[in-house]
Amino acid sequence: MKISFLLNNREIELDVPSDRRVVDLLREDLALTGTKEGCGAGECGACTILVNGKSRLSCLMLAAQLEGCSVTTIEGLSPGDALHPVQEAFIEHGAVQCGFCTPGMVIAAVDLLRRTPDPDRPAIRRGLSGNLCRCTGYQKIIDAVEDTSRRRGKGKAS
Amino acid sequence: MSHVFLPPDLDRLWNILEENPGALLYAGGTDLLVRLRQNPLKPPSLVCLERIEELHGVRERGEEVFIGACATHTGLLADAIIRDNFPVLVKGLACLGSPPIRNMGTIGGNICTASPAGDALPPLYTLDAGLEIRSRNSSRRMALTDFILGPGKTSLQQGEILAGVWLNRHPPFAIHHFEKVGQRNALAISLVSLAALLTVSAPGIIERVRLAWGSVAPTVATSAAVEAMLTGRPLSRETMDSAIPLIGDAISPISDTRATARYRRTVAGNLLLRLIEVDRRCK
Ligand SMILES: Cc1cc2nc3c(=O)[nH]c(=O)nc-3n(C[C@H](O)[C@H](O)[C@H](O)COP(=O)(O)OP(=O)(O)OC[C@H]3O[C@@H](n4cnc5c(N)ncnc54)[C@H](O)[C@@H]3O)c2cc1C
Ligand code: FES
Ligand code: FES
Repeated sequence: MKISFLLNNREIELDVPSDRRVVDLLREDLALTGTKEGCGAGECGACTILVNGKSRLSCLMLAAQLEGCSVTTIEGLSPGDALHPVQEAFIEHGAVQCGFCTPGMVIAAVDLLRRTPDPDRPAIRRGLSGNLCRCTGYQKIIDAVEDTSRRRGKGKAS
Repeated sequence: MSHVFLPPDLDRLWNILEENPGALLYAGGTDLLVRLRQNPLKPPSLVCLERIEELHGVRERGEEVFIGACATHTGLLADAIIRDNFPVLVKGLACLGSPPIRNMGTIGGNICTASPAGDALPPLYTLDAGLEIRSRNSSRRMALTDFILGPGKTSLQQGEILAGVWLNRHPPFAIHHFEKVGQRNALAISLVSLAALLTVSAPGIIERVRLAWGSVAPTVATSAAVEAMLTGRPLSRETMDSAIPLIGDAISPISDTRATARYRRTVAGNLLLRLIEVDRRCK
């Protein structure tokens, strides 16, 4: 089946089986391996991507559903080699250990900050509650998101 | 391999369903695609309902509110009509799954999955939800309580879909309560849940009450006996203590890896005690 959609701001047309999971299409067909697969069943959030600006789980979406959509993966979160403010804050706060959960976590944080302008720590915890991390114990991740939001409030980050 | 259809409207959907017998429907896919992955038998085709405009949105129609079957939980949580009229539903949806599950999962999917642990269901039972079932040539209304037949079983026939949910606007209850007991707050299936609608008069007498429990029977459990026992009595520990033994007749919990039947029985009763606190907080 031919599908066309916007992937990280570039038009793309593909001929793929319509029931190909989006996570497989991204990782195996397009070599965008930033998006991870943990559980394959909606539980871990490692496969989180933005579809039309909303976070969705690419392990529970099929290729046909991408038709006409705008998809953002961790690779396309900011143009070129620039990092997104959330990514910078993750580095600064040591919110990355093995890094497996990080792409999904960052995308979920971007979605949260877009919908909730100034989340407090409980709201950040709730906003990231669909993303599991086995290394960091979450505190540093929450610090990073809180800091991004604070800096944005001061107009230092977009 | 299954072919995936993405019809843009109902007319196209009916054609697809006629030409592809055995096709399975899905909306958010958070139940169906997980189930299919565990099942090596692939259906010949899948039909995704997410692009059908008629199945989206929340609309006021006179004294009723229509919720499209493909409305996502996140969409409903942000909807002013839903927030103003049905706090009990908002409380149930707020603890369903996780943010991405709520972004994808739909109210229609939660109903058609017919899980005794479905978190939208106890609120919808207390609100006396009606369902609109449609096929190419017909549209019928039925009560949610008649639609759900057992775990995973509904009265949907071949060629039919759930188009949406009808609720009476302004349900005549002052207190909307939902509590889910699970192993953690996010991503935990409920062990026991209780939805309650309640009106308490100034001197503290229960005037009207509706109750529905999740995860303690093959379908959501209700009890006319408990509701009758509570009505006209003071909202007090003594009243609740006398009603709790009656719940036993309305439920038939099972033991599984998450909890024992005995634990579920105890919690189903004790959740009633919370109503006393909830009423205090509302004052
Ligand atoms: C990690 C995870 C956590 C979860 N946590 C919870 C939870 O806490 N509480 C809870 O209640 N649920 C939970 N769920 C289950 C699920 O997310 C919800 O039941 C959700 O509402 C299902 O909606 P959906 O649109 O994704 O369903 P789908 O998977 O699209 O469909 C489910 C079923 O309904 C049928 N169907 C869907 N829409 C229609 C329609 N309009 N007409 C006819 N048939 C239809 C499909 O054929 C399928 O059989 C969880 C799931 C996952 C993966
Ligand atoms: S891989 Fe998609 S949620 Fe775990
Ligand atoms: S950093 Fe290893 S899983 Fe989160």
